[in-house]
Amino acid sequence: MYSQTMIRLNKEDNLSCMCKPSDSVKIKVQDINFFYGNQQALKDINLDVLENRVTAIIGPSGCGKSTFIRLLNRMNELVPKTTLTGRIYLDGQDIIGSCIDPVEIRRRVGMVFQKPNPFPKSIFENISYGLEVNGIKNKQFIEERVVESLKRAVLWEEVRTRLHDSALKLSGGQQQRLCIARCLAVKPEVLLFDEPCASLDPISTRKIEELILELKKDYTIAIVTHNMQQAARVSDFTGFFLLGELIELDKTENIFKAPKDKRTEDYITGRFG
Amino acid sequence: MERHFDHELDELNKNILKMGALVQEAIFKSIESLKTLDKDMATLVIDNDRVIDDCELKIDEECLVLLALRQPMAFDLRFITMAMKITTDLERIADLAADIAMRVLELVDKPLVKPLIDIPKLTELAKMMIKDAIDSFVNKDPDLAGKVILIDKEADRLRDIVQRELINDYILKDKSSIPRCIPLLLIARHLERICDHATNIAEDVIYMVKAKVVKHHPEKLNFDKGPQ
Repeated sequence: MYSQTMIRLNKEDNLSCMCKPSDSVKIKVQDINFFYGNQQALKDINLDVLENRVTAIIGPSGCGKSTFIRLLNRMNELVPKTTLTGRIYLDGQDIIGSCIDPVEIRRRVGMVFQKPNPFPKSIFENISYGLEVNGIKNKQFIEERVVESLKRAVLWEEVRTRLHDSALKLSGGQQQRLCIARCLAVKPEVLLFDEPCASLDPISTRKIEELILELKKDYTIAIVTHNMQQAARVSDFTGFFLLGELIELDKTENIFKAPKDKRTEDYITGRFG
Repeated sequence: MERHFDHELDELNKNILKMGALVQEAIFKSIESLKTLDKDMATLVIDNDRVIDDCELKIDEECLVLLALRQPMAFDLRFITMAMKITTDLERIADLAADIAMRVLELVDKPLVKPLIDIPKLTELAKMMIKDAIDSFVNKDPDLAGKVILIDKEADRLRDIVQRELINDYILKDKSSIPRCIPLLLIARHLERICDHATNIAEDVIYMVKAKVVKHHPEKLNFDKGPQ
């Protein structure tokens, strides 16, 4: 059944109630609680990330949205004294647990950060590095994958004549697209974006947004953003986090046109706080 | 936390209220001119229509600026977009008031074909519906808006009575009465259209407040479960 709207607060709720029958769940988050020491950062989060859709996470600073997105590829494990309970399934496979290789999870679930973080290497090496780390030595294969990744990240035309220049010479927007190309090179299935345009000008921002819309044809995408217009422009679903709780998740048009929860309304209309 | 944007929305609200007051005045005067067959008052209504046209343009511009600069969301978005639609209805109501005034000018040198009975009833209904529709917008009152929508059928009924009476009792019996009957037929039609525009405004108010579409779906007027 296709339903226009619903608020999801309980684990019994399921995104499949508001999506098309052809949509499938790529990542299922179930009963997640997360602590930094004794401080609880996420409370009873239940959420489905649908395949080939863009899911935006919005909320005020400190609401847990970045913490949440970093759980999806186990990045938070790198932070000491953290505790996680609950389950996260990627294509039905539980990715929390010692028997699962976090490096393999991070290959399948790539991440682009707020600030572009290219390696202090050439443009070419920034892309080839991940392949080499994964044991690929065939130079022709690597070259082809570098070109393919740069094309997919809509950067190829701008750098094709200077592949061996330092990546640090690129503009901020180009560096961010290079980071996206670096993710794409290892053929992930999911892309996580944590404030990807926070440090970019409007033109670079628009290019990243167009890229996200293009990439969702082949990838499942989750994006954390403070920019609500950006969430409105690029996402299919939007979740509002507040004080570690998922307050409301719905189709993006419903969230921005007629949210169900007053706390969501207050936040997106700027009456919050 | 108070927003600067709230002051701009208040200003928009006030401008719509002003336009609403001008429209109500236009209806009132057009109807008064009919009752007394007052040529000067009818002419005044026709001349003043451009003031209301200017109001519409000003409010439309104000809404466009707010949409472009504030990029409103949720209720703010619904408020501004519905304000644009409501001003269009208000402007059409003012046009209809001017149309009534033009019919009055056609009638001034002719004696009325009959005493007015149902047209004054329709007139009172139209005035009440417009007032309630504007009040429901200004006070963001979906219950009052719902009442406006439900009462619209009465306007249709009164228009039908006027039409039947004029056609059956006068036009069909005495063709010489046609020049005096046609303006009255049109006035009944104009008044009924005014009620339709009041209904449109009320439907927009319900969408604005409850995010619920009742346009073309009056059965959805039971809106206990809304977002606010």
